[in-house]
Amino acid sequence: MTTDARGVTKRFGSRVALRDVSFSVAEGELLAIIGPNGAGKTTLLSILAGILRADAGQLSRPPREVGWVPQQPAVYGKLSVRENLRLFARLEKVADPDAVVARMLEQTGLGDRADDELGTLSGGNRQRVNIAVGLLADPPLLLLDEPSSSLDPRQRERLWEFVDGLARRAGTAVVFTTHNVAEAERWADRVLVLADGEVIFTGTPGELRAAEIEGGDATDFEGAFVRFLRERGH
Amino acid sequence: MSSLRWLLLKDLQILRRSKLLVALLVLYPIAIALLIGLALSRGPDKPKVAFLNQIPIGQSVTNVGGKDIDFARYADRFFDAVDPVRVRSRAEAIDKVKSGDALAALIIPADTVDRLNGGLGQARVEVIYNGDAVKQSYVRNTIDAELAKANGALSSTIRDVAVTDLKTLTDGGEITTPLGSQRLLGLRKARAALAQVLDTLPAGSPERAAIAAVDDFANQALIGLEFATPALNAVSKPIAVRATVLDGSRTPLDAFAVALAVAVSLLFIAVLLASGVLALEREEQAYGRLVRGLVSRSALLAEKILLAAVCSALVALVMLAGIGAFTGVDWGRFGQWVIAVFAGGLGCSALGVAIGALAREVRAASLLGLLLALPLAFLALVPSGAVAVGVYDVIRVVNAAFPFKPTLQALDAAVNGAHPSLLGPSLHLLALTVAFGALARLALRRF
Ligand SMILES: Nc1ncnc2c1ncn2[C@@H]1O[C@H](COP(=O)(O)OP(=O)(O)OP(=O)(O)O)[C@@H](O)[C@H]1O
Ligand SMILES: [Mg+2]
Repeated sequence: MTTDARGVTKRFGSRVALRDVSFSVAEGELLAIIGPNGAGKTTLLSILAGILRADAGQLSRPPREVGWVPQQPAVYGKLSVRENLRLFARLEKVADPDAVVARMLEQTGLGDRADDELGTLSGGNRQRVNIAVGLLADPPLLLLDEPSSSLDPRQRERLWEFVDGLARRAGTAVVFTTHNVAEAERWADRVLVLADGEVIFTGTPGELRAAEIEGGDATDFEGAFVRFLRERGH
Repeated sequence: MSSLRWLLLKDLQILRRSKLLVALLVLYPIAIALLIGLALSRGPDKPKVAFLNQIPIGQSVTNVGGKDIDFARYADRFFDAVDPVRVRSRAEAIDKVKSGDALAALIIPADTVDRLNGGLGQARVEVIYNGDAVKQSYVRNTIDAELAKANGALSSTIRDVAVTDLKTLTDGGEITTPLGSQRLLGLRKARAALAQVLDTLPAGSPERAAIAAVDDFANQALIGLEFATPALNAVSKPIAVRATVLDGSRTPLDAFAVALAVAVSLLFIAVLLASGVLALEREEQAYGRLVRGLVSRSALLAEKILLAAVCSALVALVMLAGIGAFTGVDWGRFGQWVIAVFAGGLGCSALGVAIGALAREVRAASLLGLLLALPLAFLALVPSGAVAVGVYDVIRVVNAAFPFKPTLQALDAAVNGAHPSLLGPSLHLLALTVAFGALARLALRRF
């Protein structure tokens, strides 16, 4: 089943954070949302996750069917890694909480820190638990808000391989945001560029690259993307 | 329902790992509560009063109408209420007051006994005050009260003597005057004697008219004196007090202080805990994760209210049991204690989640909780009549709108059997729980 968002608009007071945003993501597809700070990426994901209510627009999937990994770790600092995972597994009412917790400990590579309080973990390790919590319930749509920003290169690779596997094997639709343009181009099936709350591009990474490198350097993703934004007035 | 259980377990686990916080959360309110209790149950110490008795030694006993009155006895009674500092001269007394050694000086002049003995007019004692307004008013009240007692005792003694003398005047008998003891015939016997004389006189004799006039006078004097005894009673105690307490607590101050101390602890713990654990959900960013399908916002609030209510009620019960081990509380009322502490815990916790939902951050919530709880506790103690009627009406509305006063009433009823009974305040608290829960639910819209 394809997930559709149609005409999503969100205002904070007089500031328009999202203006008439529409897109769709198919089963097993990875959609990257990129764009400058304050573009509205987190706002868009929060609306899809059911945290924020849109002022206008429709979503085809209820929040219940959506897994959510917020930009800031949303886990309890006073609970251990295992306790956090077990609590959310129970709240998600997964069939066998202990088995799922064991699988997630294995996946995050935090088995040896399982009984440490989360507050004593490094920022990156906390983020690994944050991601694991969002994956617990095997949701048909998974939202990841800058999941890799605090991870080391090896963990980053592990994360994307795992997410890619979810999409390929389980048919999970994945929407993620990132500031790493190369990462988006490498892992995403399609890319959506958001700037000042508006969609200024949707297409495959190849199409984005083609649009970027008109008269530019084909190897410098970042530079090409900045130029791409500047040419469109952002 | 099972989500509630997991959340409760989670919060308890977090509390268990926040030992310092929990210790503070419990000890701070108990310390405040005990301080308030102490301040309430013990009045100021006996005031120090310089005391100068200028009545010459051995002359403190005076005889009023044949009855010995020992002035020293009244002084002794006075010393129950004050801590006397004996001085030898008026100048020394004034020095003591000036230097602050004594808050006041009481001087009994040498002529007091003579004046009491009559002839010289009212006896006078001299009082010299110093000290700050609060203590001065306390000393003044104490001295006034003691002097009034002494006045009352003296005047009833004098009245008794007068009543006896009047009786002797009408019925005859022994009477003591400064001139010595004498036998009186009495008006009744005088009339009887006159009647005998009248019988022996022939009708129309001139003596008969004179004796009849004397008899008539004696008769009128008897009738007049019939009224004198009750009149004397009225003069010696012009106003008798019959005390009736209509509404409000009849609990003695010490027992009330127990209820108050426990209510204050309950309020602080429930408010700080409930607001804290709710705001913590947001601070840990977990709130968003929880309310998107895992638990409803109302269930989350219910869980926080329940957690804080149970914890604060348990601390309150332990406090009551602890106080009960040292003082004589009535253990037979334990069932009522449980109802009172849980009803109070629910009301105060609901106020707490409303504060937590409005403040949104743990630190802001704690500050707001403290800012609100202290004045609430004090407002509940303002007695009617201490402030203007309009102000008191406002205070009553505030007291009814927040859970502290009903908690205090419920505890006072449960522990001391005070009026109003437990039912009213408990229902009031449940209504406030619903109201503040609803307010918190509204505030969660922008949490
Ligand atoms: N709760 C809020 N109240 C008011 N304005 C908000 C709120 N949340 C976001 N905004 C505004 O909405 C706009 C989009 O913010 P958003 O967090 O979605 O950006 P973003 O694309 O995720 O940025 P970043 O890359 O920095 O994470 C910003 O201008 C931001 O200031
Ligand atoms: Mg963001």
